[in-house]
Amino acid sequence: MQGVVTVLFLGPLSDLAGTASRGVPAPLDWQGLLEAVGPAVAQQLTQERVNVACAGTVLADKTALNAQAGDEVALLPPVSGG
Amino acid sequence: MKDVRLLSEPFVPEHLNVPFAKANAGLGGVCTFVGQVRGGEGTEALELSHYEPLTLPGMNDLADAALARFDLMGLLMAHRVGSMLPGDPIVCVSAAARHRRAAIEAVDYCMDHLKSAAWFWKRELGKDGEWRWIEPRRDDYADLARWAQS
Repeated sequence: MQGVVTVLFLGPLSDLAGTASRGVPAPLDWQGLLEAVGPAVAQQLTQERVNVACAGTVLADKTALNAQAGDEVALLPPVSGG
Repeated sequence: MKDVRLLSEPFVPEHLNVPFAKANAGLGGVCTFVGQVRGGEGTEALELSHYEPLTLPGMNDLADAALARFDLMGLLMAHRVGSMLPGDPIVCVSAAARHRRAAIEAVDYCMDHLKSAAWFWKRELGKDGEWRWIEPRRDDYADLARWAQS
């Protein structure tokens, strides 16, 4: 049985995605992520100011994403502060 | 001492910063900043969301950086998440030190970093009933950049 990667849409990205999270078949790389999230979110993801975390760590190079079954991938738009 | 908290319920800043000051016996000064939801600008409510695996660890790292950078005896950093109303406290940062400047600068440093580099997303409910996400302001990045130069 194939496992699942949970993709979380944080902040305003949840409005763009129309959901807070989505399950995607594992494994998941950068290209797979762009295809899985839909064009509106994918367009945001390609901007430098949007970060990606995998399994609790912000990726220095998000295009090197290599998420495995059970991992949580969080899409992090620019923060709006405290 | 270091006390870093993420709070999902309303809080009274004095209930945190008064015991904090008492716990740092022999301090020369304590500086406290309390931020609250601004009223009177058409905001009915504010909602702060966060990402559990990053937000609290990030605040802890920030507190460690402040403790390493300034000559402090203690640092308190408490931040709300969830729904808030105008007048509700959002954040309380308190620094205790032997000498005032370290305490004042540490609070300023922590607030600039919390505003522009901590994992929080904010949206506000307008009087028209619409929720709007708050974008980062250019000033916030300029405030943060001050600390990179010195």
